[in-house]
Amino acid sequence: MNESTRTVTMPFGLNGAEQVTRVVPADEPPPLPPNRELAVIGRSVARPDAERKVRGASRFTVDVALPGMLHGRILRSPYPNARVRAVDMVAATGHKGVRAAVLALQPGTPSAIARYAGAPIAAVAATSMAAAEEALRAIRVDYEPLPFVVDMSAARTPGAPQVYDAQSAPKGDVSGYPAAAGLPLEGNVRGPAVSGRGSVARGFEQAEVEFEAEYATQVQTHCCLEPHAIVADWQPGGLTVYLSTQYTTGVRHELAAAFGLPLNRVRVVVEATGGGFGSKSTLGSYGRLAVQLSQRAQCPVRIVLDRQEEQIDSGNRPATRQRIRLGALRDGTLTALSVTSHGTAGIALGAGVWNFAESLYTCPNFESVQHDVFINAGPGCAMRAPGAVPGAWGLEQAIDELAERLSMDALLLRDRIDPSAVRREERRVGAERIGWRGRHAPGADRGPVKRGLGVAQSLWASNVQINSSCEVRVMRDGSVEARSSVQDIGTGTGTVIAQVVAETLGLPASAVRVSIGDTDFPAGPPSYGSRATASITPPARTAAWRVLQMLFAAAAPILNASPEELVAAEGVIRVRTDPSRGISFAAAAARLRTDCACATASRADDYDGFRRRMGDAAIARQDLGGVQFAAVAVDTETGVVRVEQVVAVQDCGRPINPRQLESQVQGGVLMGLSYALFEERLIDLHSGRMLNADLEHYKIAGSCDSPRIDVVVLEDYRAMSATDAYGIAEPSNIATAPAIGNAVYNAIGVRIRSLPITPAAVLQALGKLPKVNGA
Amino acid sequence: MLTTASATLGALPLVVAAQGIEPEPAPDGPPGSPGSGPVDQVRVTLHVNGSPRTVDLDCRSTLAEALRGPLALKGTKIACNRGACSACTVWLDGAPVCSCMLLAVDVGERRITTIEGLAEPGRLHPIQAAFVEHDAVQCGFCTPGMVMSCAALLRDQPRPTEADVRRAISGHLCRCGTYPHAIAATLAAASGRSVHE
Repeated sequence: MNESTRTVTMPFGLNGAEQVTRVVPADEPPPLPPNRELAVIGRSVARPDAERKVRGASRFTVDVALPGMLHGRILRSPYPNARVRAVDMVAATGHKGVRAAVLALQPGTPSAIARYAGAPIAAVAATSMAAAEEALRAIRVDYEPLPFVVDMSAARTPGAPQVYDAQSAPKGDVSGYPAAAGLPLEGNVRGPAVSGRGSVARGFEQAEVEFEAEYATQVQTHCCLEPHAIVADWQPGGLTVYLSTQYTTGVRHELAAAFGLPLNRVRVVVEATGGGFGSKSTLGSYGRLAVQLSQRAQCPVRIVLDRQEEQIDSGNRPATRQRIRLGALRDGTLTALSVTSHGTAGIALGAGVWNFAESLYTCPNFESVQHDVFINAGPGCAMRAPGAVPGAWGLEQAIDELAERLSMDALLLRDRIDPSAVRREERRVGAERIGWRGRHAPGADRGPVKRGLGVAQSLWASNVQINSSCEVRVMRDGSVEARSSVQDIGTGTGTVIAQVVAETLGLPASAVRVSIGDTDFPAGPPSYGSRATASITPPARTAAWRVLQMLFAAAAPILNASPEELVAAEGVIRVRTDPSRGISFAAAAARLRTDCACATASRADDYDGFRRRMGDAAIARQDLGGVQFAAVAVDTETGVVRVEQVVAVQDCGRPINPRQLESQVQGGVLMGLSYALFEERLIDLHSGRMLNADLEHYKIAGSCDSPRIDVVVLEDYRAMSATDAYGIAEPSNIATAPAIGNAVYNAIGVRIRSLPITPAAVLQALGKLPKVNGA
Repeated sequence: MLTTASATLGALPLVVAAQGIEPEPAPDGPPGSPGSGPVDQVRVTLHVNGSPRTVDLDCRSTLAEALRGPLALKGTKIACNRGACSACTVWLDGAPVCSCMLLAVDVGERRITTIEGLAEPGRLHPIQAAFVEHDAVQCGFCTPGMVMSCAALLRDQPRPTEADVRRAISGHLCRCGTYPHAIAATLAAASGRSVHE
């Protein structure tokens, strides 16, 4: 304890029922009480940008039009694997309206291999989209088609065409994301990445009951409604990029490094991002090509991917195959847990199943053996809870299957092996809502439509970005602005910033103008990893609190009080001990020495420290979680599964905006339902091309598939930051598919271990269809 | 009763006489040359949000492209560009249609209403107000199209059931998952209810 810290008492635990003492930096604001004592935080205020969105007035990147702007298009390989020997751009460059053309690879060099159908070859920029497309057709490419493999099982067999050799294969990185560096490559299989504790062999010796099964997940595509889009404006004074992005700050760094520019000459701007789900985290090949075209043409260049390009080359959730083996005592105590996975992210790395199984349950003996398998398909990337979503599909069904072998209720087993007190409460609340007590034995319904209930759990790291700053400005007329480069991809980041600033200043949320999505403002966090709220709300509150001290200093002489005696609430600055002495917020602001009082704050470390820190990113001590219950009806004559109800009980530290949280959880549930029942990227084994690269044949859930969704968000105080708030987007997407899978089993009494659970899969499981080749 | 944007489109004549189209004299290049050449340019008068608007556009332009391009009405969004997601929904003579599935030259005299023309200037349509109140907006990209379908439903059927609302937006894809709140918002707007009541 020294002058730069102080000791404070903070609310702790469920509903803030307990208190805990923390030593915090002296320049952090005083602790917030639980939500029930607050005016703006914890209330469902409307999004500041909602009105613009319902009017169609929000400017998305696809809406940006600059004077003299050119339209860029990308030529893509029709072959799933081909050496590019030469590219003749002469005719294309001379085509009417074409202003620039660039290559995406260097033909004739060893690296000039297009490894998937849809890989970028070249790009042109022209005065109209039609002219750009015509110019693409004038490009002559000399391809040497090579053998290819697009099926993961085939890619694992000896003698399969090799996607990479040791030299050309992606190397991974030291952080281990998306995959660790230094792992061996044999054929198309890279790895394994091994982790564990205890001795699994000993654990299985101790086991009284064993269970083993294999689970499979498909490739899912992100399907953002706004396509990936960029307008790149290369000017002599610097580069401005309008980008549909989840991370303005990160893309600015990427651009500076790629084009040799100082950071102060690179600006990334986005007013509204039309969905990302992980796929808009980086600049992307299309973004780099647009900047190169702009540099070449000396004009702004717009590239917007079409829906086919979206499906083929904007990332995807990798497919997995997981062998899970469990050992337990008869009372349910786990003695051993082993996960061996093979996954494919196409030509990229990162198809593991995360550390989901390592952390969710207490088990002294654990091993995880994970492999990446390369195939000739578009690169995977992070997608809403990467690794954990397929990982939960495997583990949470395996736990259900173990419970049945132990003749134990699935919730009772989890009560025994899950160390989380928060999830215990979530199970209790959810079980009551769904009517778990009325759950019948598997397949017990007598009619052709059979109903069932299932449960599954979620675990996700509480991520924090240290490089997260927010500026708060109070003008002399009392108006307030909060600024950060953080973007709002639909999660409501702008709303929660307004709420914490307003709460601190004693104003309504609507009084705060939120200016975000522009790297001219202080650097904000990415909108991925469920970390935006956890990273940006503490500095937003801290900055507001520091500005408030300036206002208190200005108001104190009028109120004949010292600044320390003042409080701000309901638009008035008052003396704490004598509320009759006060002046309005605006009157205090009018006393400021200058036109604008401003302060910028950055994310402090969590008050009790982090579990792990990697550069700008950190992981909090306590994980995020949730428990979801699904009620399904399975028509055993048609095979159609209908999800009738989902109860989602989630935690995210201190909830800031209940209705926005409900929106996000509903979104997580619907994406999980869609993954469970409908979605699957299909690649033709013979041509190597994606067969459903659109939104007609690639099915995602619609309004008629949307069940009743009950959302409960617990208040779980941790006393870790100025707001104690964390994210919810990813944790709400993890448990849905296995909850549905477990419910389908409970309905029909037959286990389906592969996704998606299509009508054909159900009929096949029921023995009503002949096995289809390749299905 | 036509309720979904894609279903409505099927009921329209596929091709109608193109009106108000006058081929322009060639400014440059030989006739028939590729690119934004002269034979590809047409002048079209579209009746948008109550006013006739005459624009020159590529004859291949869909209505969605004409609205977003020369008419600068960017509230209409293009997401799939082939009638699978309904993000581009506008009204044609009051009926919701996918504007990406219709050539601008085929619209003729029919009245087009876009999201910009749904409410009186400076005001929100009750559906828009309900969408704000119920947080039926996440990323907001599918929102204008969904608002147009819900507003058409309420106009034609002031007291819809939940099933009616689901059906009315069944052609709309929303990856953020706003369906539950959009349904609640539409039902509330129909009954004049506020979320606070």
